[in-house]
Amino acid sequence: MIKEKPNNKLIGRTAGDAVFDSVNTFILLLLCVVTLYPMYFVTCASFTKNTYLLTHQGSLFWPVGFNVGAYRLAFTHPLLLSGYKNILIVLAVSLPINIVLTLFCGYFLACKNVLLKKPILFIIMFTMFFSGGMIPAYLNIRDLGLYNTLWALILPGAVSVYNSIICRTAIEAVPDSLSESAYIDGANDLVIVFRIILPLIMPTIAVLLLYYGVGHWNAWFNASIYLKDNDKLPIQNILRAVLIANSNTLNSAATENDQVNEFAESIKYAAIVLTTVPVLCIYPFLQKYFVKGVMIGAVKG
Amino acid sequence: MVASREKKELTLGHKLSRDYKLNKWKYVLILPVLVYLALFAYKPMYGLVIVFKNYKTTRGIAGSDYVGFMWFRAFFNDPYFFRLLRNTFTLSALSIIFGFPAPILLALMINEVQNTKFKRMVQTITYMPYFISLVVTCSIITIYCQQDGLFSNIAVLFGGERQNFLINVNAFRPIYVISGIWQNIGWNSIIYLAALSGIDMEQYEAARIDGANRFQQILHVTIPGILPTIMVLFVLRMGSILNVGYEKVLLLYTTSTYEVADVFSTYTYRMGLVNQQYSLSTSVGLFNTLVNVMFLVLTNYLSKKTTESGLF
Repeated sequence: MIKEKPNNKLIGRTAGDAVFDSVNTFILLLLCVVTLYPMYFVTCASFTKNTYLLTHQGSLFWPVGFNVGAYRLAFTHPLLLSGYKNILIVLAVSLPINIVLTLFCGYFLACKNVLLKKPILFIIMFTMFFSGGMIPAYLNIRDLGLYNTLWALILPGAVSVYNSIICRTAIEAVPDSLSESAYIDGANDLVIVFRIILPLIMPTIAVLLLYYGVGHWNAWFNASIYLKDNDKLPIQNILRAVLIANSNTLNSAATENDQVNEFAESIKYAAIVLTTVPVLCIYPFLQKYFVKGVMIGAVKG
Repeated sequence: MVASREKKELTLGHKLSRDYKLNKWKYVLILPVLVYLALFAYKPMYGLVIVFKNYKTTRGIAGSDYVGFMWFRAFFNDPYFFRLLRNTFTLSALSIIFGFPAPILLALMINEVQNTKFKRMVQTITYMPYFISLVVTCSIITIYCQQDGLFSNIAVLFGGERQNFLINVNAFRPIYVISGIWQNIGWNSIIYLAALSGIDMEQYEAARIDGANRFQQILHVTIPGILPTIMVLFVLRMGSILNVGYEKVLLLYTTSTYEVADVFSTYTYRMGLVNQQYSLSTSVGLFNTLVNVMFLVLTNYLSKKTTESGLF
């Protein structure tokens, strides 16, 4: 997406250029190291012997006493397992709802010649700028009977207006003639959305899946206020309890298991790796598409 | 699809029925979205009336008694009010002052790289922290801030002392702002890189022929080229001046750093969800939202006047 600048060498590289380029490259490399190092550190720590982590001060540059015990334990740990199970349920139910509603909303926003479009557009857009806020949302969840159910994580974010705008822009790029000829063949809008529009905007759908998916995967606040039972919490909340609130949830849940103490420190790092790596493996493949998405979002607000 | 030519002669009823016939399915498609908004966006807005009521869980929103502006008065007279206002503005202002130019600088630097592979590598790597969850980011910060953590090591290197930085009042703001830059610098640079790709290459050639060095090229060609983008984004950013990332504050603050870290949203959270003072906390939240909307409208107005582009 970035056009190549004509190579300075062709016109004659001065000594100043050489200095400039090396300083620039050096700073960027430094930034890359600072960006990558925390995750590298966590990965090393997850493979490091627990006893070493407990007495060690500061940083790690490679795993010490390499072993995978922490991972073996993480995969059998009841709270971590229920955390993964809950977030997978949320994803499996949410993502189809998110995509279908965003598609419908984007399609409507892209429509022309609809009499009530303006008032409906206003109803939709208004929610981008004004909301009831934290407490009314919480009371609403309780009133609707969703408190302490996984629906409280699925329904409140069912469709994002911002993502619908991205979807609209993609739909607007589809030539009108396609849907017009389908109309003549007797297709209704529902058929047009799924049979004509959807296959043509697949790259955008992939990006929307990434946005919604990462959003659900990384969310923790709603779960912390809408859920009460520990075994309903998604993985991020389990991580938070263990790592930040520094509670012993992870250990006390399986005190009978002596192994836990042996890995109490390194299992935390293993949990971080297991939670973060899936997302980090996906986004590079969608990079060129979400770059487009960011630009649309910025231009259309 | 058929444009009606005799529009003016039709009554509203006719127009509606014709529109319904033509666009029935479009309304069917948007209906679930409207139902969703009604239940999860507009119903909580109705819930805001509890700022004028003495909300009791047992009596519900409609059944609670009106108390007028009592909660707002209580909140404005609260000794914490100025602390909250100060902290919210300070955290936000620092995030703008340091966080806003950072991605521009990164984009300018990436733009100067000639090796395409290196350029792409830097981009992919710097986007990464955006995809790491706040919980994990704050976990790593917590680990680094501990007495035996990396930051203490660095402090010792520069003649400081080992300490837990998370309970240090002076450390909270730098930690908040710098970790914010770490997380967002790459992602926010995307838009500037896009703007940079639109600059006419001939301008660089002309500048070089005139003897401009690389810094002068950046100063006189590149920056003016992306100035409109910078302006629009700056105005938009100013519109969310009171939108402090409260989730991160909640994850990082401790009772010993409330003095500098407590903001409107975290106070709303503690008053409402921990102490269950629903009406008071809702009025704090509403105040925050209203100030934001005011700033948004104001900056949108200024944006339209100066750059002729705005949100609405």
